[in-house]
Amino acid sequence: MRTPELIDILAADTQAVAPGAAPRWLAMAAAGGAAIALMLVLMWLKPRPDLASAMHGGFFWIKAGYTAALGVAGFWATERLARPGGPWRSAAVMGLVVLAGFGFMAVMQFAPMDGAARMAAMRGVSWTVCTRNIVVLAAPMTLICLLVLRQLAPIRPMLAGFAAGAFAGGVAATVYGLHCPEATFIFVGLWYTLGVVVSGLIGAALGRFLLRW
Amino acid sequence: MDDLEARLKSLMLSGLGGDAAAHRQLLGLLSERLRGYFSKRMPAAPADVEDLVQETLLAVHLRRASYDRAQPFTAWAFAIARYKLIDHWRRRKIRVATPLDDVAEFLSVEPAASDDGLDLTRALGTLPERQRALIEDVKLKGFSLSEAGARAGVSEGAAKVALHRALRLLAGRMRRADA
Repeated sequence: MRTPELIDILAADTQAVAPGAAPRWLAMAAAGGAAIALMLVLMWLKPRPDLASAMHGGFFWIKAGYTAALGVAGFWATERLARPGGPWRSAAVMGLVVLAGFGFMAVMQFAPMDGAARMAAMRGVSWTVCTRNIVVLAAPMTLICLLVLRQLAPIRPMLAGFAAGAFAGGVAATVYGLHCPEATFIFVGLWYTLGVVVSGLIGAALGRFLLRW
Repeated sequence: MDDLEARLKSLMLSGLGGDAAAHRQLLGLLSERLRGYFSKRMPAAPADVEDLVQETLLAVHLRRASYDRAQPFTAWAFAIARYKLIDHWRRRKIRVATPLDDVAEFLSVEPAASDDGLDLTRALGTLPERQRALIEDVKLKGFSLSEAGARAGVSEGAAKVALHRALRLLAGRMRRADA
């Protein structure tokens, strides 16, 4: 087929694209992914029994703020990595700053503790399942985000996949706070963060195959 | 050069608004740039140039939603062209030392005559009969999707959706054709 013929065919397929379509699709992916994660928490993990009183405490919101901020950085990075030439580094820096800030708080709380208290703070009651739960809750949204990215033009498939997975991880970890009773900086800094990172790595591995075009 | 950027961008914006004539003109201008850019980069394989032009046009068309209206159009289109070139080399296992250069050079290349694209024809042949027929019909009738739809016994809207799907499939097949 000759190129002018191809151009005629493509012109026949001209469809209007609304401004801001790409970020809107990703926001819809987040809404869908959060709804699925919420359903999993309600039906599978169950909300923490003391949820109402926990919501009056400060740490419940600090935890939610931390994971939500990671999610925002993930959203921002994904949106930029979905476009060729999109400046994604500032989003990555935002993620690292959030991480470092929370890590600093964890060290401040952890340092003065004695050995036994440190162990207790690190392990809490759920350290063996926390990361796994977050990864499971994030998986559906990771997939939805990758499907959205397939409609866009990521030129760094693995990095875009990582951003999508971390975006999903941040959203899922925030929803997971409705179930998880843990309340130390070190616990959240370790196991929540690990959940977000592992979710990102899964996204990167999938992106390597799903985001080629 | 800035004139060209301004012209391409305004065509792109009209195209994103649904203006088919503007979109067609944009792809035409872009195909000349792409041809020049790719022939310079692959002097050893002139036969592949048109294939790559067509593959890039398909990608630019199908991934229009990834264009950020606040950004220069040429930077976006150039990044897609560069990605397609590197992907082509990777699939063919070609190692190249030529620098990929920048947007400025992409804008200043000399237009050359177009050629037949063999990969596209081959990929079209692998599509399911209905989708292949729809694309052939649109090719013969130019813009008119209502006629192509009528021949297939569906509404213009349904023909539009079917054409878009067929083009997505075609782009995928084309890339796999020489993997």
